[in-house]
Amino acid sequence: MTADTEKMTPEQQALFDYLLRLGDNAVVLSHRLGEWCGHAPVLEEDIALINVALDLLGQARSIMTYAGEVEGAGHDEDALVYRRDGFDYRNVLLVEQPNEENFAVAIVRQFLFDAWHYELQTALLQSSDARLAAIAAKSVKEVTYHLRHSSEWMVRLGDGTAESHGRVQEALDDLWRFSGELFEADAVEERMAAAGIGPHPQSLYAAWSETVDRVLAEATLSRPEDGWMQSGGRNGRHGEHLGFILAEMQFLQRAYPDARW
Amino acid sequence: MYTQGLDVQKGDVSIPLEQGDSELERRFQAKIDADEKIEPKDWMPEGYRKTLVRQISQHAHSEVVGMLPEGNWITRAPSLRRKAALLAKIQDEAGHGLYLYSACETLNVSRQELVDQLLEGKAKYSSIFNYPSTTWADIGAIGWLVDGAAIMNQVPLQRCSYGPYSRAMIRICKEESFHQRQGYEIMLTLARGTAAQKRMAQDALNRWWWPSLMMFGPNDKDSPHSAQSMRWKIKRVSNDELRQKFVDVTVPQADFLGLTMPDPALRWNAGSGHYDFGEIDWEEFKQVLQGNGPCNRERMRDRNRAHERGRWVREAALAHAEKRRARAAAQTTAVAAE
Ligand SMILES: [Fe+2]
Ligand SMILES: [Fe+2]
Repeated sequence: MTADTEKMTPEQQALFDYLLRLGDNAVVLSHRLGEWCGHAPVLEEDIALINVALDLLGQARSIMTYAGEVEGAGHDEDALVYRRDGFDYRNVLLVEQPNEENFAVAIVRQFLFDAWHYELQTALLQSSDARLAAIAAKSVKEVTYHLRHSSEWMVRLGDGTAESHGRVQEALDDLWRFSGELFEADAVEERMAAAGIGPHPQSLYAAWSETVDRVLAEATLSRPEDGWMQSGGRNGRHGEHLGFILAEMQFLQRAYPDARW
Repeated sequence: MYTQGLDVQKGDVSIPLEQGDSELERRFQAKIDADEKIEPKDWMPEGYRKTLVRQISQHAHSEVVGMLPEGNWITRAPSLRRKAALLAKIQDEAGHGLYLYSACETLNVSRQELVDQLLEGKAKYSSIFNYPSTTWADIGAIGWLVDGAAIMNQVPLQRCSYGPYSRAMIRICKEESFHQRQGYEIMLTLARGTAAQKRMAQDALNRWWWPSLMMFGPNDKDSPHSAQSMRWKIKRVSNDELRQKFVDVTVPQADFLGLTMPDPALRWNAGSGHYDFGEIDWEEFKQVLQGNGPCNRERMRDRNRAHERGRWVREAALAHAEKRRARAAAQTTAVAAE
């Protein structure tokens, strides 16, 4: 499936792209969380991770349904999620990073994302787009919980044992290079900001940075230096992991294209 | 059932099954006979306590191990709606596990001990979860048949004599029936779908039907602990009765799906008012219970691996909680000293 760009105005096209970015983040991160199911460090954490995965999936469904309407090409949530190839996926690189069966990676990835996602959803409450504002109204409550959950684990792991401290610091150092992409401005984001639909990405940085500093301080972790930041996911340039996520996720829809489930 | 392992541990001398006749025991049995609940603080015979611990912990382990075959399809669920429903179902099962471990803890065993028993291979869980989930239709079949069979057993256990277990069952049964309907709905969608989907549904039924019947445990004549468990009202309906009931309810559901039961001997018996069905492969059942099912090793390996990989996390959580406690205590002392 390719996005049918002819029929959309430039404004609609930008909104569509923007919605895909939001929706794809949620779909892909939810997928990564789902991989933990039955394998979490404690049963309570199986439940908590599924909770977050379910919230993100719910958000993705609302956003994708809306995206399909904006696009106007007759694609529903499943058509958009299950029939798009990797280079049409618009998620940030951070969320596609693999778990490596390492809880520290899952928590750091989640924390960096949640701290940003919370600011984003809070800003979207003021969106001039009523539909996005309504989705944010529901999401912001969920994301508040997600951020609390991942922050608490950052602190437990950072200020736990020497081993856990080392593991979580290592994951943080490793994933930090994906944090820059969250705040990058490009034509789509600029247009959204100008129309009052979404916040300017850089406007979220200060609050995000403050949350990160506060939690890392409590966790006795050190904030990595801002080195070269990886980016490209939001424009369809992904790493090697996304292809495998999609191969798994889209298998049934691709193998049985005429079936309904 | 989820606790079928109980019935086959013959010659187990760790559970004293003889009914004593002390005053305490007479009063205990009188209470049960009067359909009153036994609560954690009440006196109970050691055999009663041990049997319950086994039964409830096997049930808990089954909920937890049962997350694996279904979790196997989370990342491949064919639509966002199905994926959300499957995630929510597995989350329920994890909740059942927690809830049952807590019920067990009221009998003075820690969750840690119970989990260790599972990981060391000393405790049993339901044989059904040692079969692989190989297609999406298995998610339908598991909900329909496995949750369906679980409900069959657990509904009478809502009246179990032990209060915490009985209350756990009431809550769990509600969710299990939801799972069962959801599974059946997946099967219905497949059975009404394309030829390929229908084939997938039939294949899943073929593979899950017999193992589902095995969930009810051995025939009554081979089930040594049943009589005492019945007297204690820990078990309320016999294996064979429950199995028959399950067959009677399920066969018309399969007919409605337009699927064929993989049992040539299956036919309605107007005389008995029940379905007759073929002989279960008890050798297979025995082998699966002994650890030789298709996925026994994988399930145990997965549980052990998750436990090992999570060790440093649990240690960190404990260490952090301890630091907090120490800091709070130091603060209190400092304030008191001022
Ligand atoms: Fe359950
Ligand atoms: Fe269930």
